[in-house]
Amino acid sequence: MGRYLSTLRIFWIASLTAELEYKANFVIELVATAGNLVGSIFVLSLFYGRGQSLGGWSWEGALVVLGVYTLLEGVTSTLLQPNLSTIVAHVRTGSLDFVLLKPIDSQFWLSARTFSPWGLPGIALGAGLIGYAAWRAGASPAPLTLLAAALMLVASLLILYSLWFVLAASSIWFVKIWNATEVLRSVLVAGRFPVSAFPAGLRAFFTFVVPVAFLTTVPAEAILGRASGPWLLAGGAVAAGSLVVSRWFWQFALRFYTSASS
Amino acid sequence: MAIVCAQGLGKTYRVADKQPGLAGTLRHFVNRRERAIEAVRDVSFSIEPGEFVGFLGANGAGKTTTLKMLTGLIHPTSGTVEVAGCQPQRRQADFLGQITLVMGQKQQLIWDLPPLDSLRVNAAVYGIPPEESRRRIAELAEMLELGDELRRPVRKLSLGQRMKAELLAALLHRPAVLFLDEPTLGLDVNAQARVRSFLADYNRRFGATVLLTSHYMADITALCPRVLLIHEGRLFYDGGLETLTQRLAPCREVRLELHAPMGADAFASYGEVESIEGREVRLLIPRERLTEQVGRLLADHAVVDLSISDPPIEDIIGRLFHQGALA
Repeated sequence: MGRYLSTLRIFWIASLTAELEYKANFVIELVATAGNLVGSIFVLSLFYGRGQSLGGWSWEGALVVLGVYTLLEGVTSTLLQPNLSTIVAHVRTGSLDFVLLKPIDSQFWLSARTFSPWGLPGIALGAGLIGYAAWRAGASPAPLTLLAAALMLVASLLILYSLWFVLAASSIWFVKIWNATEVLRSVLVAGRFPVSAFPAGLRAFFTFVVPVAFLTTVPAEAILGRASGPWLLAGGAVAAGSLVVSRWFWQFALRFYTSASS
Repeated sequence: MAIVCAQGLGKTYRVADKQPGLAGTLRHFVNRRERAIEAVRDVSFSIEPGEFVGFLGANGAGKTTTLKMLTGLIHPTSGTVEVAGCQPQRRQADFLGQITLVMGQKQQLIWDLPPLDSLRVNAAVYGIPPEESRRRIAELAEMLELGDELRRPVRKLSLGQRMKAELLAALLHRPAVLFLDEPTLGLDVNAQARVRSFLADYNRRFGATVLLTSHYMADITALCPRVLLIHEGRLFYDGGLETLTQRLAPCREVRLELHAPMGADAFASYGEVESIEGREVRLLIPRERLTEQVGRLLADHAVVDLSISDPPIEDIIGRLFHQGALA
């Protein structure tokens, strides 16, 4: 465990050093993320313009969902996108061999190798929006609420990670998989709105097929102190399940790589 | 105790049997046919600790497949393999910490960063303490004649410098067994020579076992007292480089300069006539009858000049690589 932590530290210092060569990027990214967020808030405000509401959610509640979405986007740009996109490159160039020859878990290496600071503005803005909107909605910062909220946020990150990883890992068979993860990314845009805002059919799809509901709506409910026990349990179970599936899938994919590569 | 041991090693790939063109693709889509390709069959050998072994074979002979089985990157279809007391395909941390693989056409260094940053990553992954890793980097850098290059981004290094830095990264954890796949590929003659002398030095200093593949015969002749020759997936030869020459070239070439031109029939009884051009005759005579036949030639004909030569190993194996056929 200690070796993994110190490895993680070295990984991230190395990638920060590489990225910080381009300091202007940080400002650009901050402006882009803020612009995006303002745009999303504007679209959201259109729904609430004439005293209407979205799927029974208050304006502040919907803002919390948007905050969670922005936070997830930030984590995506910081960790998921930069790491998992290189899996495809590793498979194509054969440098996956070097990863497999290291005495360290290959899934850990592939998932945590790079740390890109460009998603940090998104994480900060998302967290800020969550805090502000939760305060305006009158959510109480009781320890139990905070704990549930933290757990559901972690669960949401794990689900997103596992989905992404499984898609990226399938590049072992279909080397050009990058388009598929783009599709995933656009489906996840649905997470900007509470899942109850969608028609029943889509709602089922976003809960059971692509668990968008668990990515933003369930954490937002937990933040607002409205999460029911069954939903919290379901969130935890889906997260644990996805993680297990992603690990199993990787081992499965490696069996193909290691028996058929050239 | 052998440190590398392969017993009846075999690998069969299943590949799609597909005709070219759109029609072929469609036919393949409807009626999928697969073909089994035996890349490696029934290969057995063992290597003692500290040995420096050359691994020869034409492109596609099965060298890389064998190396990948020895490093655990692919699973053998048949047979067993044991390296440093472990089964490679299980890829246990204990095993991975004892081996390394260097591939001339692939690189592990981070492109945009100086090699030192990649080395730091490797040190962490292999659990080498910072103090110890600094010491090892200094030692290996000195052996490789690397200095400031370690602080320059990899993309700004020459191919030779990059290969040396790759070697450093691959050897930081001080592996007991080195698998080197074309480590001198594309390097100029000087850089090749430097890598070669480093490898010899490393092998001596740390008693490491090395299995080396190379298309440059100079690498093999300079470094490897023993060679394995693989041909069409089978182990064709395992032994000293000298004996291989004799086995691949059982004849020696005798060149004669005659006093006056003669017909080919006159020489048929001495050996195989390669060519006759005017007064110049070239004959191939089996080694064991060489002295006797040369004696007869000198006695029977008016010979102005005579020379005997061994075809150089480069030519023999080069011919083998290019023709892909063994006599």
